[in-house]
Amino acid sequence: MPQIVVENLCKSFRVAERDPGLWGAVRGLAHRRYRTVEAVRDVTFSLEEGELVGYIGPNGAGKSTTVKILSGILVPDSGRCEVMGAVPWRDRTRYVGRIGVVFGQRTQLWWDLPVIESLELIRDIYRVPSNAYRETLDELIALLDLKSLLDTPVRQLSLGQRMRCDLAGSLIHRPRILFLDEPTIGLDAVSKLALRDFVRRLNRDQGVTVILTTHDMDDIEALCSRVIVIGRGEILSDGSLAALRARVTNERWLIIDLEDEAAIVEDEDAESARTDTGRVRLRFDPARVSTAELIGRVTSRYAVRDLFVENPPIEEIVARLYREASP
Amino acid sequence: MTPYLSLYGARFRTLLQYRLAAFAGFGTQLFWGIIRMMIFQAFYDSSAIAQPMSRAQAVTYIWLGQAMLGLLPWNLDADIRALMRTGTVAYELLRPMDLYATWYARAVAQRTAPTLLRCIPLFLVAGLFFGLRPPASPVAFVEWLLTTAGAVALGCAFGTLMNVTLVTTVAGEGIWRFAAPLTYTLSGMLIPISLLPPAFIPIVNALPFRGLVDTPFRAYLGLLTPRDLAFGLLHQACWTIALVATGRMLLRRTIGHMVIQGG
Repeated sequence: MPQIVVENLCKSFRVAERDPGLWGAVRGLAHRRYRTVEAVRDVTFSLEEGELVGYIGPNGAGKSTTVKILSGILVPDSGRCEVMGAVPWRDRTRYVGRIGVVFGQRTQLWWDLPVIESLELIRDIYRVPSNAYRETLDELIALLDLKSLLDTPVRQLSLGQRMRCDLAGSLIHRPRILFLDEPTIGLDAVSKLALRDFVRRLNRDQGVTVILTTHDMDDIEALCSRVIVIGRGEILSDGSLAALRARVTNERWLIIDLEDEAAIVEDEDAESARTDTGRVRLRFDPARVSTAELIGRVTSRYAVRDLFVENPPIEEIVARLYREASP
Repeated sequence: MTPYLSLYGARFRTLLQYRLAAFAGFGTQLFWGIIRMMIFQAFYDSSAIAQPMSRAQAVTYIWLGQAMLGLLPWNLDADIRALMRTGTVAYELLRPMDLYATWYARAVAQRTAPTLLRCIPLFLVAGLFFGLRPPASPVAFVEWLLTTAGAVALGCAFGTLMNVTLVTTVAGEGIWRFAAPLTYTLSGMLIPISLLPPAFIPIVNALPFRGLVDTPFRAYLGLLTPRDLAFGLLHQACWTIALVATGRMLLRRTIGHMVIQGG
């Protein structure tokens, strides 16, 4: 029995619209126009306990809507959704005590209170026994390096520090499922790495199921074995990163540094372009021309200083998928 | 500790940090108290007929009003407003707690903490220099404490109901402009209720606001008969129950269709 089951989930919103300018505002007083936005359309997937899944899609694709439905704070129009055998929005108060949620753009901590007092409040809110709290807290302090932050009021933390504390706050009651909604947004490189490392350990060592929504493809590549791509409310792809690549494109890139930097490389089986850094990039389909053959041809024709083969970055793959999905 | 008590405690401690606000509030209330005292002096000087409240009692009533002003639910909770505007209310819904009770606990903290900070210096200064008298008797003091507790319960039920309307309106300016004069005049904070035109008194008596100010203040002055006290407490209790029930129902109905926008 999967831990999370989502079947044919639909949710639409009514958005009030008006024409721009004064006249539009006046007309809006008498006659409201509404547009229906289908935020989530017929979404179906299921998750086993202990999975770490990336849930990605462009802005407005329906990621956050799905997460909000799964965490019980939005009621869908139709469809089935069961998490750990419960329907999230029914009996919400009991359900939410069993999950953890972090919204990267908001904080759950109390602005004016020192971090430790916020965490103690969360302990009381979730009715965590004090010895269990002590144990969890010590563990989180060690893993997230919180020792020096505990006495600082939340408003004085940097974004990266705050995010670490928010993560700790969402885990005080040891949830079996953690929803992370854009947790790395606005973080610097070091903070991102630390956060990814923590999420990986949490998933691997404690078997916590993690659903991660993000725009940062490095998060996905670093963490997720499975990726669900959503666009315009519908699931575009669901599977491993490799499968996602294979579905969208099987092209490879041959990157070349030439002795003569101004030379133009041409090949009948590849598409040539310059990278941002001035290197030559040959895009080719390995089914049409083998990598070895292409390298052989290029090195025999041009004076090559260095070359290497790479997969198109995941951003590129996803951007293509998004483009294909939009009419 | 139960979640609600510890949330109350945290909010209370946070509010106690605002020493400058308390000091400024103390100054403002002292100033207004003196002005109102002068107005009532003029009123008593020019009045030929006997009033239902003596001059000294009216002065004490005014100073009590200045000291306990913070208990009056005349405004909205700025933090709940911010929760609505920014969508952080999502986190409130993610707590395994009863949302109404959570907000009620917040309201109690919001009313009691600043009042506690301000009323002690006001009692001292007004008592020493401006004619605030101590409670009429030890019994009156106990009655005052009881009815003040009732006033807090009632005021927070009213305040929480106002905060609940924010779920629908988000901005809340309208309700706020409406509630401020209503609570101020009908509670007796502006003019003691017994000094109002007799025709108004039955209406004002039936409305909930009297229980916020007039009932506890008259208890303090020793003006309540045992029957008055029983009725006053019953009046507070009934309205508290009605307002809590309305607030709960409204919150349940609105939260079901709430849409939290943005990522």
